[in-house]
Amino acid sequence: MYEVRFHGRGGQGAVTAAAMLAAALLEEGKYAVSIPSFGFERRGAPVVSFLRCSDREIRQLTNIYTPDCLICVDPTLTRSVDIFAGLKPGGTLVQATNRPLAELALSPNVATVGLCDAIGIALQIFSKPITNTLMLGAFAKTTGVVSLDALKRSLEDSDFRDAGLKQNLLALERGYNETTVYTIERRAAA
Amino acid sequence: MTRHTSYPLFDLKEANVPDDLCPVATEVSPMLPGDWRSMRPVVNRDKCVKCAVCWLYCPVQCVEEKPAWFDFNLKTCKGCGICANECPQRAITMIPEAT
Amino acid sequence: MTTATLEKSPQAKPAKQKVMLVEGNEAAALGVALARPDMVAVYPITPQSSLVEHVAKLIADGRMDADIVDAEGEHSVLSVLQGGALAGARTYTATCGPGLAFMFEPYFRTSGMRLPIVMSIVTRDGITPQSVWGGHQDAMTVREVGWVQVYCETVQEVLDTTIMAFKIAEHHDVMLPVNVCLDGNYLSYGTSRVELPEQAEVDAFMGVKDVNWHVALDPLRPMAVDPLTGGSSGRGPSTFVRYRKGQCRGMQNSLRVIEDIHEEWAQRFGRRFAPLVEEYRLEGADYAIMTLGSMTGAAKDAIDEARDAGRRVGLIKIKTFSPFPVDALMKSLDKVQAVGVVDRSVGFRWNCGPMYQETMGVLYKLGRHVPSMSFIGGLAGADITVGHFHRVIEATEKLLSNPAPTEPVWLNEKD
Repeated sequence: MYEVRFHGRGGQGAVTAAAMLAAALLEEGKYAVSIPSFGFERRGAPVVSFLRCSDREIRQLTNIYTPDCLICVDPTLTRSVDIFAGLKPGGTLVQATNRPLAELALSPNVATVGLCDAIGIALQIFSKPITNTLMLGAFAKTTGVVSLDALKRSLEDSDFRDAGLKQNLLALERGYNETTVYTIERRAAA
Repeated sequence: MTRHTSYPLFDLKEANVPDDLCPVATEVSPMLPGDWRSMRPVVNRDKCVKCAVCWLYCPVQCVEEKPAWFDFNLKTCKGCGICANECPQRAITMIPEAT
Repeated sequence: MTTATLEKSPQAKPAKQKVMLVEGNEAAALGVALARPDMVAVYPITPQSSLVEHVAKLIADGRMDADIVDAEGEHSVLSVLQGGALAGARTYTATCGPGLAFMFEPYFRTSGMRLPIVMSIVTRDGITPQSVWGGHQDAMTVREVGWVQVYCETVQEVLDTTIMAFKIAEHHDVMLPVNVCLDGNYLSYGTSRVELPEQAEVDAFMGVKDVNWHVALDPLRPMAVDPLTGGSSGRGPSTFVRYRKGQCRGMQNSLRVIEDIHEEWAQRFGRRFAPLVEEYRLEGADYAIMTLGSMTGAAKDAIDEARDAGRRVGLIKIKTFSPFPVDALMKSLDKVQAVGVVDRSVGFRWNCGPMYQETMGVLYKLGRHVPSMSFIGGLAGADITVGHFHRVIEATEKLLSNPAPTEPVWLNEKD
């Protein structure tokens, strides 16, 4: 079972992103369950959303405490929230940011990082900093857990139409293509 | 304006009240509505006639009276834009918060 | 109108069904649409809100043909539906928490008038301490009002049970309102894969609608509905008893009807849910844990892990909570030597979980001593994780050789 935790702020579509990813995984014939962490959501407040993916039926409906992968759709979140809590050793981080890898403070459990200037690209495509679809493309590129094709198909099956659909499909493509993936090698302490 | 006396928040420990009776909060949260604002109001001081409509409508009462205009306490302003919408003089504009 | 017993046919192929990804609230709304109610009355309340929004959208989009009443509060919501049911309409609403509290007066009257209203409760914890999160306190608080109450484990079960609920409620041997309970947040907003039955198949399953054959506001059948009854003189005492006994008979009949309808559903749609009590890996178990609702998913994962580690433990899940499935539960409990009951709500009067308190009654009827203990967890949106269930399993195992604790275990006390 693969466990993904989404971090974002209210209004950025982190909860929707988890549901969209679940739809794409469904397209690929996998089982997926997404649950939001529910509270008084308002624009700007940190939100968390959880997604489990498996080849078998998923039964447990609880929060994810030891994720395999973190998707952080907001570049400023790491200042106020410990997004790395519980990340499995050898875990993956997919981060929306325009800063280089060297400037990011990462947990020692992060082994793979995908960086994407999602805010910048979102402002170009949507004129709004809505990064969720971009970050799904970034996730596909970084982990390969879902294919770009499945993401596109699930988007076409969703409620998006016309211009909104075109923009989001473009966001998926650009998120995928414009994500740089790094592997972090950690030397054991002497 | 009436003067009012401010009392310190109730101290359960001092008053010997167990912490499992009626749920109460006695610590002020450090969070302020201004923390998650994505747009902020800006007043055109020449247009403002101090009609106080914005002061009346503001849901968080963050409008402050200045000598010749009304302005906004940005600690509490949550950027809802109601003031800009209601101002009869169209003196208020909402601009994006710097990220 | 009795349910025909279908012959079990291994070759029976369920109709092709559309696969979708939906949240539990949407699944419930889709189930409602398939059941073709005539009237729905709605008022939003967290965490039910998106359910009534989905219903309203289905009606607005023409995918559901029902009158929708946007009442000013839940008291009016249920009162309006009572009028609708008395006029022959198939009716539906959803609520929880403070909304359920607000409609308590008509809620009590609905079961007494034997109106087959279906209501989803998107279970929410008690309102004070102030909370908007899931728990079972709201549905538990009204367990003694004469409504049939069933609890769903998965989003698919929510969809299927919502449809079945109408047929159960309208069965002539039942004629009682039904609560379909789905856990706030986990099931209401949890998104997972479901198969959507075809409308034609559901129509065939539902049969002919006949809601107000027994009581009506109808000029062609003049009658006074719910006149003053009771008192100590005249025919008061015997009349009142007659009606209360009737309610009890309806409740007891519903146990059989729920089983029959679940069986018919399994035959038609290929999905089988335990109608009253589910046993999971109970064969050869020395002790069991009991669950209710969506917490069961994590519990089953914990049971698998415990079994792999050599513990002889099984799980008993209750689906139909009202009426309490005494005989079915007794059969399951008779297989084990100890039981730990996990409640998602609080029984203030017995200082334990409510389901535990009722289980003690069944254990008494068993006639032999089965040590038991109460766990209370998952209140106000707290998680009951696989880890918590391992604690439950270990503590229950200790009952086999140690005295039972006298206090309930509050699972999230240190979380």
